[in-house]
Amino acid sequence: MAQPRADAPSKIILEGSDLHRVVDRIAHQILEKTSGATGTVLLGIPTRGVPLAHRLAARIHAFEGVEVPVGSLDITLYRDDLRLKATRALGKTELPSGGIDGLRVILVDDVLFSGRSVRAALDALQDLGRPSSVQLAVLVDRGHRQLPIRADYVGKNIPTALSESVKVALTETDGADEVRLIGGLK
Amino acid sequence: MAYLLKGVSILGAAPTDLAIVDGVISDKAPDDAQVIDATGLVALPGLVDVHTHLREPGREDAETVETGSRAAALGGYTAVCSMANTSPVADTAGVVEQVWRLGREAGLVDVQPIGAVTIGLAGKQLAELGAMADSAANVRIFSDDGFCVADPRLMRRALEYVKAFDGVIAQHAEEPRLTEGAQMHEGEVSTRLGLTGWPAVAEEAIIARDVLLAEHVGSRLHVCHVSTAGSVEVLRQAKARGVRVTAEVTPHHLLLTDELAAGYDPVFKVNPPLRTRNDVEALRQALLDGVIDVVATDHAPHAVQDKECEWSYARPGMLGLETALPIVLSVFGEKWDLIADRMSIAPARIAGLTGHGGDLSAGTPANITLVDPSARWVVDPAELASRSRNTPYAGMNLPGRIVATFLRGEATVLDGKAVK
Amino acid sequence: MIKHLRSAADLDAATATLILDTAAEMAALSGREVKKLPALRGRTVVNLFYEDSTRTRISFEAAAKRLSADVINFSAKGSSVSKGESLKDTALTLQAMGADAVVIRHPASGAPHRLAEWVDGSVVNAGDGTHEHPTQALLDAYTMRSRLGRLDGLKVAIVGDVLHSRVARSNVLLLTTLGAQVTVVGPPTLIPLDTAAALAEKTQVSYDLDAVLPDSDVVMMLRVQTERMQDSYFPSAREYSRRYGLDMRRMRRLPEHAIVMHPGPMNRGMEIAPEVADSPRSTIVEQVANGVSVRMAVLYLLLGGK
Repeated sequence: MAQPRADAPSKIILEGSDLHRVVDRIAHQILEKTSGATGTVLLGIPTRGVPLAHRLAARIHAFEGVEVPVGSLDITLYRDDLRLKATRALGKTELPSGGIDGLRVILVDDVLFSGRSVRAALDALQDLGRPSSVQLAVLVDRGHRQLPIRADYVGKNIPTALSESVKVALTETDGADEVRLIGGLK
Repeated sequence: MAYLLKGVSILGAAPTDLAIVDGVISDKAPDDAQVIDATGLVALPGLVDVHTHLREPGREDAETVETGSRAAALGGYTAVCSMANTSPVADTAGVVEQVWRLGREAGLVDVQPIGAVTIGLAGKQLAELGAMADSAANVRIFSDDGFCVADPRLMRRALEYVKAFDGVIAQHAEEPRLTEGAQMHEGEVSTRLGLTGWPAVAEEAIIARDVLLAEHVGSRLHVCHVSTAGSVEVLRQAKARGVRVTAEVTPHHLLLTDELAAGYDPVFKVNPPLRTRNDVEALRQALLDGVIDVVATDHAPHAVQDKECEWSYARPGMLGLETALPIVLSVFGEKWDLIADRMSIAPARIAGLTGHGGDLSAGTPANITLVDPSARWVVDPAELASRSRNTPYAGMNLPGRIVATFLRGEATVLDGKAVK
Repeated sequence: MIKHLRSAADLDAATATLILDTAAEMAALSGREVKKLPALRGRTVVNLFYEDSTRTRISFEAAAKRLSADVINFSAKGSSVSKGESLKDTALTLQAMGADAVVIRHPASGAPHRLAEWVDGSVVNAGDGTHEHPTQALLDAYTMRSRLGRLDGLKVAIVGDVLHSRVARSNVLLLTTLGAQVTVVGPPTLIPLDTAAALAEKTQVSYDLDAVLPDSDVVMMLRVQTERMQDSYFPSAREYSRRYGLDMRRMRRLPEHAIVMHPGPMNRGMEIAPEVADSPRSTIVEQVANGVSVRMAVLYLLLGGK
């Protein structure tokens, strides 16, 4: 899909404080839907899914004192578009010491778009073990799904045009917290 | 056929007219002479190559006497000396006469066979040198080229023996024990490429030994394809002492260096190997000084499969006849007296070819090369007349086009094209 | 990313580091139950081996298969190669078969360079003559980095028949690129002329192993073939071993943390004493295991993208 040019006009959708509130809300929803987040593991999809997973775990701990194990799941080798782009460097795959077998895995990513990354993550997960169930948490759902995939927890739905892109920045990886919509504006 | 070359510059001198009548150069052309507008063209005595591989008999898929002769004529040559490493080896009167006759039949250049020094080039036993000298081919140069006459006693005998008929031994100077498995010049590049080195000293040691032998027995020695700065020094000292030694250098050793091996393309594999920039500079100076007497092509055609392979499996050698003069021109510029001496007069003298290497004066045989020094051309292997394609100069833009070549008054090349 | 891996000189520091980092991820993934990864599904990797080298071939084969590539083994024995087919004709055959990568082991230096001119796919040099063996150097560098934590500033002694060693050439180039200080050690007959000028400016040459050992973080022993003796490179196996072999006495001269490497196969008792090869400092078994991860990284980085 064509990316907007780097100098394309953009606007901020979520500022830092909004983003924190959205993470808090997802943490609450997880606690609610999983009856206190027991038997649950958060796996962040690199790059930005990983710090998001850690933030969710920290918020869950702050709200209810529950320690939710956090890991990362790199999907690069499972992507279906590897050959469409130059070779990508690999991200880290690190499972919590307790593994994932028999547990509820919540995949965490920044943006849900075509659904292909999640498909790759499900494949990667299958090679790592057998969770009892898998759920998906995303900061932003921008629509345009190409696969029958939906998120269980959505921070914010942002209707977009295909010509636009959504850029999530996090302090851990980008130095600041914000979500920006790029391109498509006149 | 008589020709009148109008406005030609003889060896770069002021334009004049040059007439060719009945195979000799004449003061006056008859009225029916074919007039060639030679404005801007330079006339040289027909080029003579003392080191050519024509591959016939044995490897007619790489070259024949006829295709090699055509390549020679197109390169401006009127005589070539064909090396003995054919199959069978030119080590008997029968084989040298066969080659000589094939040359006559082709009729494009004088093909002067070189006889082998030893039977089968094996370096063990002298071939019948006298029989080859007395044959119709009238052999005067003997060489095991491709192999060195490494045995010092055998070399001494050969040098002595050929004095009886004013022969000369042309030595391929390569101490074989120092070059076992050698693939390229031994130095930085061979170390980097992991190819077995051919050390300069393997050439220099043999030349040093041979000039001493030649001095000792009072014989003539000719050194093939000198390739190193060290060899030049050995030759310089020997000549200063009055040793009767002559030496040749190839166009490729005057231009190309071992760095070209970096891509492992065997088109740059040759024996002796391409050397360093320092060697190239020394060879150029030696040719200017006369320490090296002649430019010889070492034209070595090879079939495609012998070059389109791994470097170590490829045969060594490069085409040279059709590019020699342009390469020399590109290296030295329009030094016509030098070019005439090193590419025609001196080689004819070494080879004993009395009809060649003249001074283009009236009454001398009309062996003439007509060059357009201002024309440039790009070397396209597919366009070459040789049956083989192994030129290291592919794609190179070179100065100097051969417009016409005359062999005893007959045009073998006209308008840049072979007449037959 | 580069297209071919013909020489360690094809790699700049960033690319070499990317390969090592990727290999580390591959190693982590190799520890799990399902070892297969789908990244190279539908890609064809040909192992074209003109020399017997079961360990290298198996290592590449395992690497390609773990990435789900189809692997075709094309060995000189029992194929048209032994019937005298030229490398070029073989290349055209592989091309017609749609090889995405050709891993080539060949007795002639530079064969991978030639092959790269005749096939569209990537060419990986798995050892060519006395030239190079870049994936061996990568796995050696990987092993050093995992044991010692860094490569920059590391002092590495490469000992033995440097002249005929493709492992040495690739290691000098790669390790220097990654900031290590390499000293080649051996009898002068087995150290090529102009080593530093030819390979890497900073390379040092020594003929005295005992002098080099106390200041080495890594000592890499090269295989020395006894037939070199016949060619007068050294007088006898005994003298070679005495002057350049690594025995327990010499190993004690090494700093506490230093490691001992050997690309294999070893001549125990010649260049390396059995108790040295089996000591905890020896990384010889690790090197083999790391070979698969490094080759996975190379294949992935060459073939994984567009």
